[in-house]
Amino acid sequence: MSPVLEQLAESFQSVTWEVSHGQDVARVPREDWEAFARAAEEAGFEVCLDVTAVDWMRQRPERFEVVACLLSMSHKLRLRMITTVGREEPSVPSLTPIWPGAGYAEREVWDMFGIRFEGHPDLTRILMPDDWEGHPLRKDFDVGSVPVQFKASHQVN
Amino acid sequence: MVDEKTRETLDIWVAGTEEPQFQPTDEGTQEFGLDETDARLDDQFGRVVSDDYVFDDEVADDERMVVNMGPQHPSTHGVLRLQLELEGEVIRRTKPIIGYLHTGMEKTAEQLTFSQGPTNVTRMDYLAPLHCELAFSLAVERLLDIEVPPRAQAIRVLMTELNRISSHLVALATNGMDIGALSMMIYGFRERESILAFFEKTTGLRMNHNYIRPGGVVVDLPPGWKDDVAAILVDMPQRLVQYDDLLKDNPIWLARTEGVGVISPEEAIAFSITGPALRATGVDWDLRKAFPYSGIEQYEFDVPVGENGDVYDRYRMRVDEITESLKIVEQVMDTMPKGDYRIGDAKITPPPRARIDESMEALIHHFKLFTEGFKVPEGETYMAVESPRGELGCYLVSDGQARPYRMHTRAPSFYNLQALPITMADSLVADTVATIASMDPVMGDVDR
Repeated sequence: MSPVLEQLAESFQSVTWEVSHGQDVARVPREDWEAFARAAEEAGFEVCLDVTAVDWMRQRPERFEVVACLLSMSHKLRLRMITTVGREEPSVPSLTPIWPGAGYAEREVWDMFGIRFEGHPDLTRILMPDDWEGHPLRKDFDVGSVPVQFKASHQVN
Repeated sequence: MVDEKTRETLDIWVAGTEEPQFQPTDEGTQEFGLDETDARLDDQFGRVVSDDYVFDDEVADDERMVVNMGPQHPSTHGVLRLQLELEGEVIRRTKPIIGYLHTGMEKTAEQLTFSQGPTNVTRMDYLAPLHCELAFSLAVERLLDIEVPPRAQAIRVLMTELNRISSHLVALATNGMDIGALSMMIYGFRERESILAFFEKTTGLRMNHNYIRPGGVVVDLPPGWKDDVAAILVDMPQRLVQYDDLLKDNPIWLARTEGVGVISPEEAIAFSITGPALRATGVDWDLRKAFPYSGIEQYEFDVPVGENGDVYDRYRMRVDEITESLKIVEQVMDTMPKGDYRIGDAKITPPPRARIDESMEALIHHFKLFTEGFKVPEGETYMAVESPRGELGCYLVSDGQARPYRMHTRAPSFYNLQALPITMADSLVADTVATIASMDPVMGDVDR
């Protein structure tokens, strides 16, 4: 592990560190999500490349994983921070106060998974229509469950 | 005859009633527009843009106008919709509205096997399909812990760098067209055609190739590929000189692009901008140098870096990157290793067609691969490549089955688009299309 990450690991004892196929992964408890992100930003991770989520349904005790990919240009390092969110009204603190670039990505996660980001300035649907019901990338959102329009068209002469 | 009084009142001129008077004009000496100071002109031309949105209390609400630009506007590169709040000619607020091309490709990816995956991802960024396939394949290979043969790596580099050239040519062409340099549009698409012809010869398709797959590439380069690539290598540098003649010092082009759509390096980093748009601000960051993939570190090339972060610098980045990519293509062509173009593991790559007729094993493997696919061990990974628009990443989660549990693409256009509001704040409405074009968003990449 590089010195930058070791320093981060020292200040956050609650974080579990993993090496997943040669890439550094920090599993952060939900309470420390924002504080850890701020510390990572101060440690030199200037860019938040991506925020996304995984829906584990019943396979894991906590249903959702929120994943943020960070990049440090100065140290040439990547770090992935992952936290877990429960099934009922899932929400995590937003990363937009630290990295404004996370804004669209968090909107996408809200749109697709229904995970709220507390403190996000404009948490609205981004890809789906505004009046869409449900969150399509959840595992219980079936592929074929969109109501089909013009079903009776074959009956029309 | 008109009398003097009537003539004066009605201002009627009658020939011969007036003395011819010679009045020297002061044309050429008089000064026009005395209030057009340099500062004012800079402001009018958009050379000085303050990006901070200032709310002006003195302007009544009815003097602001909200204009919807798109989604069917021809200069929005697809179905991008912008809500522009205008105060006269000046944009005060911009809101990009996206999602018109959303087709749920990440959801689709969960229904397709790992070997079918590239068919799906190649349709995301349709101008750089090979980069999408490469990012996906690298992620699958990382989960499988396999290394593809050197020839496959070299072919991947060759094809993606050619793809970078063809994508940048479209960017130049559309950028030219949006600003009014119509010749550039014709030239850019003409040269792209030669590269697409080579892609068609190699992969069978001009776009959406499905060529780079987990385990290597699907088919070896066609016989005589060196001649085709050599022809491109001879042709392109001459064309680039023509483009420079057309645009580089063209006063109209300079007036429309210099100092327009400025973004600072700090803003670019804060808004996760990558690729040519980031490098135009002066940040020397290229994934091919920082985190090399597919053996690209063995080829020599430079990373062009701009300084102003305006539309002109982004245009220069693309031209210079074409030159650098040509260098890489030439080196790959000269040092193309011999060997297999995919790994020999029959569990991952299908057997050669001829083997299926002779070997029961090959037939079974072929059948299993195309019905069930191969299983990938549990795990998650993120692999990124430098696409023509920036960092194109693939976050892949497998739960041990033959289909990805979750596939997410970090689309560079999506993030670059996010910075449009600050790039266009307080600039002229006429510069909108120039700024959009220079960001080079591909809506298939944005909406996925």
